[in-house]
Amino acid sequence: MSILVKDPGFATTVQDLGRYGYSHLGISPAGAADSLSFRIANLVVGNDENAPALEMTLTGATLQFEEPAIIAITGAECSVEADGRREDRAQSIQLEAGSLVKIGHIALGARAYLAVQGGIDVPLVMGSASTHLSARFGGLEGRSLRRGDRLQVRQNSGLHSRVVRDGALPLVGVRTHTALRITRGSQQDWFDSDALATLLSSPFCVSAQSGRTGLRLTGSTIHPQNTAQLLTDGVPLGAIQIPPDGQPIILFVDQQTTGGYPKIANVIAADLHLVGQLRARNTVRFAEVRIQHAIELLREQEMWLKEIFAD
Amino acid sequence: MKIVAASDSSLLVEFGNSVSEQLYARVLSLFRALLSERDPRIRNLHPGYASLLIDFDPLRVSHEHLTAHVRKLIGAETSIKNAASRTIEIPVCYDAEFGPDLGDVAAHNNISIEEVIHLHASATYLVYFLGFSPGFAYMGGLPEKLRTPRLATPRIRVAAGSVGVAGEQTGIYPVDSPGGWRLIGRTPVRVFDASANPPTLLLPGDVVRFAPISRASFEQTLKAQSA
Repeated sequence: MSILVKDPGFATTVQDLGRYGYSHLGISPAGAADSLSFRIANLVVGNDENAPALEMTLTGATLQFEEPAIIAITGAECSVEADGRREDRAQSIQLEAGSLVKIGHIALGARAYLAVQGGIDVPLVMGSASTHLSARFGGLEGRSLRRGDRLQVRQNSGLHSRVVRDGALPLVGVRTHTALRITRGSQQDWFDSDALATLLSSPFCVSAQSGRTGLRLTGSTIHPQNTAQLLTDGVPLGAIQIPPDGQPIILFVDQQTTGGYPKIANVIAADLHLVGQLRARNTVRFAEVRIQHAIELLREQEMWLKEIFAD
Repeated sequence: MKIVAASDSSLLVEFGNSVSEQLYARVLSLFRALLSERDPRIRNLHPGYASLLIDFDPLRVSHEHLTAHVRKLIGAETSIKNAASRTIEIPVCYDAEFGPDLGDVAAHNNISIEEVIHLHASATYLVYFLGFSPGFAYMGGLPEKLRTPRLATPRIRVAAGSVGVAGEQTGIYPVDSPGGWRLIGRTPVRVFDASANPPTLLLPGDVVRFAPISRASFEQTLKAQSA
């Protein structure tokens, strides 16, 4: 069965949870920017949480389902219409053959996810369906969807949709003022306590030059006390690097795997999904936690994900 | 040697703070040891000039446990010599069209364009790590007389296969991309192919030499590859 792309929206790609094990070849993981919303979309329709699904940025897509299908939409706040009926997000939507699904403008947050029962059928490249936009591979021909594209869906008859408990959804973070928790980064000793205090006390604005490779922030400037040139080293997901202009950059899913700017801090794993929902002009504040606490928060998030399903 | 938590999901193992083949041998030894273990709890390894970043699932293995394991591997490394590195010869056409910065590199170092080509193709390079874009190898060992700073304003588009120099490094652009390195030639060989296994021609620790080829030979190899 296939899905016809009537309107791709602003930037829609096929993603999964990322391509791991290839960083030493310069290959960033890519994958869903808000992996938590992505996983929920898949779990609602009964898929494996890593099943290939669509990531839509800022504007939703309009899709025609040529055969009956079960879908779910999660992530950013947007309107969802199936054949003119309004539908809720984060619940399974049963579609008849020929249904037209229109996901509207994204009002709050940056990215919405559409999972279809069975998963989008694209060839796996290095074990993953994620689209690597800069090197043009993975997903659908390594690119964003275009009008007229046809997506195939994997057939899997043994799947059953699930229901998200009432009230669980607002816990997934889409908001205009986001607090991100951080731990200290690889080059924390390159910065004095004033630099860290500036990072933790001032609001930063997400610049328009932000995307899946990284989010540029504007606000107070931060400078290392160590003015030596850093030897290029590996960059963890969510690293906050400080380039010479003193304006922090959060490196994200399509980032370069190595970098030459000092990294003052790192967004904790449990908050990376929030980074995926940031858009231009949103405000970000940082709060420091200890590594052990960050890991506990990640563990709690995994527990929460298991518990939000009513069945 | 220092091991620090780079994030709640990664450790950075730092062997020093300079570019040297001796330090890098230790990076490579640890990288290869961890790679060969294929531990599913480790998601990614990022070698650098003198460091290795280890990205892992902190719900399956702790920082403390992994740190102890890394110390054990490093302790054992003195008895394990790095396996012999591969030497890979890469054909390069140093045609003026492919090397728009040949003149600048020559002028910056007070040598002729012919000398630039001769020096670049006579040296032996070491792949320290891959970064910037899939398959982009940072190669050290650039002769002193070729060292030239990056362009002040990077080019918006550099063609795939372009060979450039920047500071003490040389590299090949795997895919069309923006880039600020000084371009001196182009290889017809694909250094990145997502469908190949491995997808990159070069791996960390490889030894590389460049072989000058004519424009005719460049076109021929290109044609043979796409056939």
